[in-house]
Amino acid sequence: MKLLVCISKAPDTTSKIAFTDGNTKFSEAGVQFIINPYDEWYALVRALELKETLGGTVTVINAGKADSEQIIRKALALGADDAVRIDLDPADAYQVAANIAAYAKTEQFDIILTGKETIDYNGGVVGGMLAEMLDLPYVSMSSKLDVDGTTIKIEREMEGVKETVQVKTPCVISAQKGMAEARIPNMRGILASKTKPVKVINPDVTVVKAGVKVFALPAEKTGCKMISPDDAAQLVGMLHNDAKVI
Amino acid sequence: MTNLVFAELSNGKLRKTSHEVVAYSCKLGPTTAVAIGQADAGELEKLGAYGVTKVLHVNDQRLNNVFSKAYTKILVEAAAMVGADTILLSHNSAGKSIAPRVAVRWNASLYPGVNSLPENGSIRKAVFSGKAFADLTLGEGLKVITLNPNSYKPEITGGSATIEALTINVADADFDYTVLSIEDESGGHIPLPEAEIVVSGGRGLKGPENWGIIEDLAGALGAATACSRPVADIGWRPHHEHVGQTGITIKPTLYIAVGISGAIQHLAGVNQSKVIVVINKDPEAPFFKAADYGIVGDAFEVLPKITEAVKKLKSEG
Ligand SMILES: Cc1cc2nc3c(=O)[nH]c(=O)nc-3n(C[C@H](O)[C@H](O)[C@H](O)COP(=O)(O)OP(=O)(O)OC[C@H]3O[C@@H](n4cnc5c(N)ncnc54)[C@H](O)[C@@H]3O)c2cc1C
Ligand SMILES: Nc1ncnc2c1ncn2[C@@H]1O[C@H](COP(=O)(O)O)[C@@H](O)[C@H]1O
Repeated sequence: MKLLVCISKAPDTTSKIAFTDGNTKFSEAGVQFIINPYDEWYALVRALELKETLGGTVTVINAGKADSEQIIRKALALGADDAVRIDLDPADAYQVAANIAAYAKTEQFDIILTGKETIDYNGGVVGGMLAEMLDLPYVSMSSKLDVDGTTIKIEREMEGVKETVQVKTPCVISAQKGMAEARIPNMRGILASKTKPVKVINPDVTVVKAGVKVFALPAEKTGCKMISPDDAAQLVGMLHNDAKVI
Repeated sequence: MTNLVFAELSNGKLRKTSHEVVAYSCKLGPTTAVAIGQADAGELEKLGAYGVTKVLHVNDQRLNNVFSKAYTKILVEAAAMVGADTILLSHNSAGKSIAPRVAVRWNASLYPGVNSLPENGSIRKAVFSGKAFADLTLGEGLKVITLNPNSYKPEITGGSATIEALTINVADADFDYTVLSIEDESGGHIPLPEAEIVVSGGRGLKGPENWGIIEDLAGALGAATACSRPVADIGWRPHHEHVGQTGITIKPTLYIAVGISGAIQHLAGVNQSKVIVVINKDPEAPFFKAADYGIVGDAFEVLPKITEAVKKLKSEG
């Protein structure tokens, strides 16, 4: 199996979110970057498991500048065979998808995996765009993936419904919780990662279709109104009369 | 704007998110709705209440499940028929699988997961898992917009819609995959991402046998139930109830967290709730910092009192 996993660079969940340049840029000062969790724990690990049982290769691809090197090395340390970095500071989902699609067209991947969404942009759309650009089937929100030759059986979890579907390779799949268990790179993997190939390519597409004009932070909570446990019943009146939510 | 809005059906009924996005679309401009698959009698007419005058119905039984490719074909062709420049969908599972395809095929700009009406040439969405907002620049050309569930309160304007059958030639090649089975895990309850009120339990409840107090309160409020990650991981509650960074993101008007510490990864899934109530026996629990109302106390004593008071309120109507 020839597998492609799209990995995005994301700030660690515990990062403080702040902006610079008149609130047009995310402030990276002191921020620890990680592989977007859905891309790493679910998409990449499942791809590695498939390679281990069925043979083949796992390529990771990232649209990012040189500071993505660290997350790319981590993916290689986890067991990916090689990596492609599209040298681009992505401004919207379309840019990311168009450039990954351009690369994917030059190779014959059986499965292209993405995460269900990035934890910074929260779009959840790159996978669907890729599928359309490559004219492939798209199975989103996948929580279980099994391969039998060219047939793939997938479970999808959506709004309280579990759908089991069957799709043929080649296809695009977005991954969520359940597909695999997170792994930690071992020493051998880390050493091997240093010599694995990372190909840097120039972007094909630089047009921005829906870029960010400005960022904003939500209003601070004005403080929590405390109610004594003995008066717990009063909460209901407050929710009804003041907050008007029940 | 001239809009085409996708009104999603589930088992013949419109989803709550369909009402939201149809109302939102009507607020933005003249709107035609498209519904796909089997609809219960009288169901589509309900959309007239939000200001839609025409609903195009593709009544094709093969399309009772959402297939991103086939649905894309229908939406793009329908948009051309009505001369729309904007296609709107909900940012739920269906919308997230269809909208990106539609945007690419239609050569439009995609605005995923917006929260409110456009203002000053931009449109707002939540980013960084609810910790910030981004205002996206609204371009001139064709647009595809997906609306976050529970972000827009549908306004009833009255009015009636005419339903017109729409035939679009959907071929075998337009199906992404075959559906082998569908399992409803919701137990007949409203799906968690659509729920207005959510009662959620954490490890503080000590064991699955104690969930009765959560379910009683949820029952009294007509709420959905949720849980923290460890609770789903240990198997006290089903995985689809797990909210947070690794689970699902919700945006109810009221989120009641019981025996949950309020770790940042948990908050990432619930911090967009309008009002947050925290019940925790530890006054230092971080969740209180993100809460609007808090009770420091033992859930097993506090919750039944609240449930009683809710029942009393409801019975007084
Ligand atoms: C990468 C990563 C991703 C994660 N993703 C998620 C996620 O998506 N969702 C998520 O929820 N967590 C997630 N977590 C875990 C998260 O960090 C916390 O560990 C978890 O949310 C804690 O769950 P809890 O609050 O139920 O349990 P605890 O932290 O054990 O808190 C239990 C709380 O109950 C209170 N309590 C105890 N007894 C009572 C009582 N009788 N009455 C009232 N209160 C009582 C305690 O004071 C305590 O505050 C993630 C962690 C990591 C590292
Ligand atoms: N810059 C990027 N480089 C590579 N893959 C990406 C990038 N951005 C997003 N993706 C992939 O697309 C998925 C969905 O992203 P999004 O639509 O931005 O939420 C992510 O989980 C990644 O798998």
